[in-house]
Amino acid sequence: MSTTFWIILAGAIATYLTRIGGHLVISRFENIHPRVEAGLNAVPAAVLTTLVAPAVLGAGPAEWAALIVTALVSLRGGLMAMFLAGAAVLIIARQFVG
Amino acid sequence: MAAEAISESRAGGDFWDGVRLSMPVVVASAPFAILFGAIAVDNGFSVLEAFLMSAMIYGGASQMVGIELFGQHVAPWLIVLSIFAVNFRHVLYSAGIGRRIAHWPLLQQAAGYFILTDPQFAVAEARAVSGKPVGFVWYLGLGLPVYVFWVIESGLGAVFGKMIPDTHALGIDFLLPIYFLGLVLGFRKRPLWLPVVAASAAASIIAYRTVGSPWHVSIGALAGVLLAVILPPHHSGIGERP
Repeated sequence: MSTTFWIILAGAIATYLTRIGGHLVISRFENIHPRVEAGLNAVPAAVLTTLVAPAVLGAGPAEWAALIVTALVSLRGGLMAMFLAGAAVLIIARQFVG
Repeated sequence: MAAEAISESRAGGDFWDGVRLSMPVVVASAPFAILFGAIAVDNGFSVLEAFLMSAMIYGGASQMVGIELFGQHVAPWLIVLSIFAVNFRHVLYSAGIGRRIAHWPLLQQAAGYFILTDPQFAVAEARAVSGKPVGFVWYLGLGLPVYVFWVIESGLGAVFGKMIPDTHALGIDFLLPIYFLGLVLGFRKRPLWLPVVAASAAASIIAYRTVGSPWHVSIGALAGVLLAVILPPHHSGIGERP
């Protein structure tokens, strides 16, 4: 087997450990402390924000326009409508401001 | 017989409900799968290896980082450690979603954790919050199309990578932040949402500028989660108000 294959296999195992690890740790406890539960409830907003924030800061007018439209549409529409609206604004805006 | 048919069509309905929600993810991730395949071959992977990496690791950002380091002839153990670091945020997803799927049979749980990506977690968690059950069939409907397209498109990118046109004009590099912003906003009715978002945004930006990527994800996420842990639980809508 090539080195590449072993890198892929080890990477896959490491990744699966992260995907199952949090559950394995938490499930060892009979009761979840209210503060831990509060922390878990904060996970979606906390993690997903870190995937957006640095990208927003490093972006330009075209990207900002797309994000603003995305935010406005998300107040009313569903996930697909929001995504398509944001993508459309981005592609159109980039034809003008690159 | 009639009852069987009904429960079967229910399960089928759940599956297609999941598939419908998976479509934005399939669209948003397609360019990255193709791009990954193209870059992988460019950095010395074979088509089969690119295909295998997508099928076995199934984590876009970590695959990109792994490929990049591989191309720079970094030591293998360091490549694996970097993949682990980029994917570390899944520990939090795992702890969160475990509360929703702990009643599934063990093999279904094992499969469920394998396809636990950012959108998979966010959409499943949103369903749980809205009071609907997170069943295995629905979860599979949400995750399977994304996985299948991801793996196939990686292979296509590896084979046809050289033919990719101007990705910037097509907005490809910014599709995922748009999608993730929508997911963040989808949770805006949760207690403590704004303070958590503010804390995570500030911490991740500071960490991005100082410690660097990919650690800004774990550091930023930890800041938001810690804020929710430190504040009295009633702020999070848990337990009674004093």
